[in-house]
Amino acid sequence: MKTLLEVKNVSKQYGTDTVALSDVNFSVKEGEFVSVIGPSGAGKSTLLRCINRMIEASNGEIIFDNVNVQGLRKKELRRLRTKIGMIFQHYNLVMRMSVIENVLHGLLGYKSTFSGVLGLYSEEEKKKALQVLTILGLQEQVYKRCDQLSGGQKQRVGIARALIQNPKMLLCDEPIASLDPNASKIIMDYLKKISSSMGITVLVNLHQVDVALKYSDRIIGVSKGKIVYDGSPKKISEEEINTIYGSEAGELMIEVGGK
Amino acid sequence: MKTDFFAKKRRQSLLILFVLVLVCYGSIILTDYDVAKGFTSFPMAIDWGLSNFYPTEASLAKLPEILAELLQTVLVSIAAATVAAVCAMLFAIFGSSITKVNNFMSTISRGIATLFRNIDVAAWAMILLFSFGQSALTGYFALFFVSFGFLTRAFIETIDEVGSGSVEALTATGASYFTVVFQSVIPSSLPQMISWVLFMVETNIRSATLVGILTGTGIGFLFDLYYKSLNYNVASLIVITIVGAILLIEYISNYVRRVIL
Repeated sequence: MKTLLEVKNVSKQYGTDTVALSDVNFSVKEGEFVSVIGPSGAGKSTLLRCINRMIEASNGEIIFDNVNVQGLRKKELRRLRTKIGMIFQHYNLVMRMSVIENVLHGLLGYKSTFSGVLGLYSEEEKKKALQVLTILGLQEQVYKRCDQLSGGQKQRVGIARALIQNPKMLLCDEPIASLDPNASKIIMDYLKKISSSMGITVLVNLHQVDVALKYSDRIIGVSKGKIVYDGSPKKISEEEINTIYGSEAGELMIEVGGK
Repeated sequence: MKTDFFAKKRRQSLLILFVLVLVCYGSIILTDYDVAKGFTSFPMAIDWGLSNFYPTEASLAKLPEILAELLQTVLVSIAAATVAAVCAMLFAIFGSSITKVNNFMSTISRGIATLFRNIDVAAWAMILLFSFGQSALTGYFALFFVSFGFLTRAFIETIDEVGSGSVEALTATGASYFTVVFQSVIPSSLPQMISWVLFMVETNIRSATLVGILTGTGIGFLFDLYYKSLNYNVASLIVITIVGAILLIEYISNYVRRVIL
């Protein structure tokens, strides 16, 4: 399969001595479901945000869909971002607006500043939004204000907003870290479904190692800004997980090999 | 170790209390303030107020004139607060750390707002008195400048508080700067901003009285006029109408707040 994303020698430094990422290399194929795991502060969020340049990498090269992301100018960067959907731990919706308005926000990248500022959407776009909401099982919630929804529902609105962009890839930053186990499963099932049935590449940061092992095609382990594991979830050993988290054998609540 | 920790905290509290008492006592000595006389003069003041400071039938004849001046004062206060809000919105968007265009503009915006806020409304009135003379315009500008400084500060904090998440999300979809501001920042912070504007209107009506005394316009001037000509009956009627107006405005703004939040 074709390679969609290539990250080469990427580093990120904050100030003079805080290193968030150092010399990170990996590539992601089209339609792959990849989980990034690692302890808090290892640089997972920074890594994700460097890909759509929400954070500027200090060094290195990022190639997405045959385009060098680093070299893009303002307008081209906006066009690139429309191809990458993003999902956040705290959903990042405009809570005072309705569900459908938040979903339509996903189209703002395609709009001119004029129609973006006024929030002008065509009938067709509104129908598309309803369609996406139906796929995510939110057809009852369309006109509700977002602050009236449960956490799991809010996250599904977040996914809908990303999907309406018609993206090639989804970047998910801790999508289930604020959700209960039940809602977490629903969200992960949707992400898996999006990846397998729509062929959208999914790159997801996770804290839950068991979830990562269960859903991913591939695991990337990050520790102190470096990639320390890159491979199949089936082959990963307990020892390797302990290397990622810097823990001793038996300290983590994880069972390797099987569910 | 633990007991020492609590003893240390107690010593600190006692020290702060001691310093406060010392400052208070020092000020009393410096200003020759007689504590006992201060308290005993209260009943006398109330007694004088009750026997002089009340409206009579004769003073009620002045009511139309008073209400006309009061209306002007209220309108000037509202105009100052609302026009200031529009300018403050612009400066707050440039000044907030979430929506700033660059650090230079942000520092300039915050600097201007701080300058306008920290000069008191009475000081503004006196400065502007030289340029505009004794007119309603002087009072209007004094209130406008202070409202502008205060509202910019309040709006910046409102944007900082509500904004960052959805701003990040919309930027990530590829939306342009102005689109992000109008689709995310303004919708999420508008109710709180309206609440601040209502607060500013109330504050302005209160300060308008003082500004009026200084600039010789509006209800403040009318009060000053009757008070100094020893017509306490009319002066008291003016005070009552001001209190009534403030309570009414406060009731209205509380109602609006309940509806929008």
